Amino acid sequence: MLSISNLSVTVADKPILKGLTLDVPAGEVHAIMGPNGAGKSTLGYALAGRPNYEITGGSASWRGEDLLNLEPAERAAKGLYLSFQYPVEIPGVPALTFVRAAVNAQRKARGEAEMSAPEFLKAARAAAAALKMDFDMLKRPLNVGFSGGEKKRMEVLQMALLQPSMLILDETDSGLDIDALKVVADGVNALRSPERSMLVITHYQRLLDYIKPDRVHVLAGGRIVASGGPELALELEAEGYDKFLPEAA
Amino acid sequence: MIALLDLQDASTFPSRRDEDWKYTDVRRWLREVPPPSPSAAVQGGGPFFGLGGEALTFVNGTAVGADHSTAFGDQIVRLRFVSDANDTGHSAVATIGVRPGGHLTLLESHEGHGSGYVCHNRLIIQVPAGARVERIVLVDEPEDALSVTQAEVTLGQGGAYSQTILTTGAKLQRLETRLKHPGEGAAVRIDAAYLLAGKRHADLTTEVDHVGGEGQTDQLTKGVVRDEARGVFQGRIIVREGADGTDARMGHHALITSDRGEVDAKPELEIYADDVSCAHGNTIGALDESALFYMEQRGIPTDEARALLTQAFLMQVVDRIDHDGARERCRAWLDDHLDPFSPRGRRWAAEPLG
Repeated sequence: MLSISNLSVTVADKPILKGLTLDVPAGEVHAIMGPNGAGKSTLGYALAGRPNYEITGGSASWRGEDLLNLEPAERAAKGLYLSFQYPVEIPGVPALTFVRAAVNAQRKARGEAEMSAPEFLKAARAAAAALKMDFDMLKRPLNVGFSGGEKKRMEVLQMALLQPSMLILDETDSGLDIDALKVVADGVNALRSPERSMLVITHYQRLLDYIKPDRVHVLAGGRIVASGGPELALELEAEGYDKFLPEAA
Repeated sequence: MIALLDLQDASTFPSRRDEDWKYTDVRRWLREVPPPSPSAAVQGGGPFFGLGGEALTFVNGTAVGADHSTAFGDQIVRLRFVSDANDTGHSAVATIGVRPGGHLTLLESHEGHGSGYVCHNRLIIQVPAGARVERIVLVDEPEDALSVTQAEVTLGQGGAYSQTILTTGAKLQRLETRLKHPGEGAAVRIDAAYLLAGKRHADLTTEVDHVGGEGQTDQLTKGVVRDEARGVFQGRIIVREGADGTDARMGHHALITSDRGEVDAKPELEIYADDVSCAHGNTIGALDESALFYMEQRGIPTDEARALLTQAFLMQVVDRIDHDGARERCRAWLDDHLDPFSPRGRRWAAEPLG
């Protein structure tokens, strides 16, 4: 279970999260929806340990273990995966080299044997095929010159190879056309399992037609202001976020 | 212009008052003629041993066998400047030629042992009409050595000269190349990468003088500096009156990964001809923080992420080497110096980003 209690986060001296509390039990998919500027991306970055996202209060743990005192790479090795809204381009580092380095770094941190090159290539080929990606693209520097859709597929390919236990998807639908969205959602759904938890951050309800959440939370003004079943997402789509904005609250 | 550096004559030691040496002040560290280095035995075959070819070896300035070489046909020469001395000085002069139409791969290594030595190497390279030379230089010297290597290259019509220098610096180190470019379809590539830690200093100085038209020069220097190290890049491209149709581009890009690291860059294009295409770019920055975080989020520890990004940055220089075997050797050299788990690479990873 991911357990976040009363979490407060400041970025560049500006309080963004103001006492956020949320539990995501194992095997469940929870959606976080909210207006722009509510702190949705900040939640993902803070959980992943991005520098300059200062924790000013509260706690967050994964499977009972405190996350906030770990280095970002240690959190990743514990199973935390953040799919970036804007995946970063890394010139000079081929995608395959990068992912293999990540897979083996995580294995090493967990005291597991490294994956051999043939073993890794086989897994990478299968993952690329499932996502309808040209395998040769993985020989190019990571995300450099990739389209928005290709970058998102690359994020899902990494999930498939890293097999994280706690996934945070930050606006994974942005920049995707409907066909790409289906491919990406299929990739994510393939990872649903009783041991895995997912936090799906999205501004629009559209993604939730493809990745069906167990619970939906509304994040506004740095806090969870409403929670409900999947029907809450439809309600938000119809009525907007106005009633949750701080002025209206 | 100062007189040619001569280790036997202290009046020739340049200081920062000489414009060309303002970032590399030899006189600050060396005021008197150093005592001569003793003779020493050469060990091993050097970093390019596996690539074959004939060896031209200098040990503490003394040639082991010939001090010059002329290549014909398609040939590899391993030019080794070996220093094995403590607090003494030595000089060497090597002359490298190629027959017209010949193709030489010059694999040069500066192999420093001992400590506190001073060395000066002069290299005269003649590339006649239609000949091709690719010079690849690996420099490994102790942190307290002072060394100056000056290469003078003359190039004939339709000739090609390419050069790649990889260095980790020394207490004070200058690797200088001066090239007379005849134009007339001749092509020059002149590259370098520096990787400096501790208090090391490396100065990459080049001058390419286009005296004839229709010549090409392509230059790329990249460097990474950490701790209190200092990188110097002085690149000058001159396009003389009448050297129309010259195509010259120069790039220098450096990363500084500490608060006290320093890079001094002086790119100069002096153009006296009208119809030319010349460009230069110079950037100095830090490692991309967002790329670092992205890599860490995927489980790659900070040190390893930093090494991967640094390697990718510098590898662009190595990728431009034509000779397959030498390129692989240089890749391995960079890997070895950057790998956070290798003893030499560890010092790269040890310090946090400033």
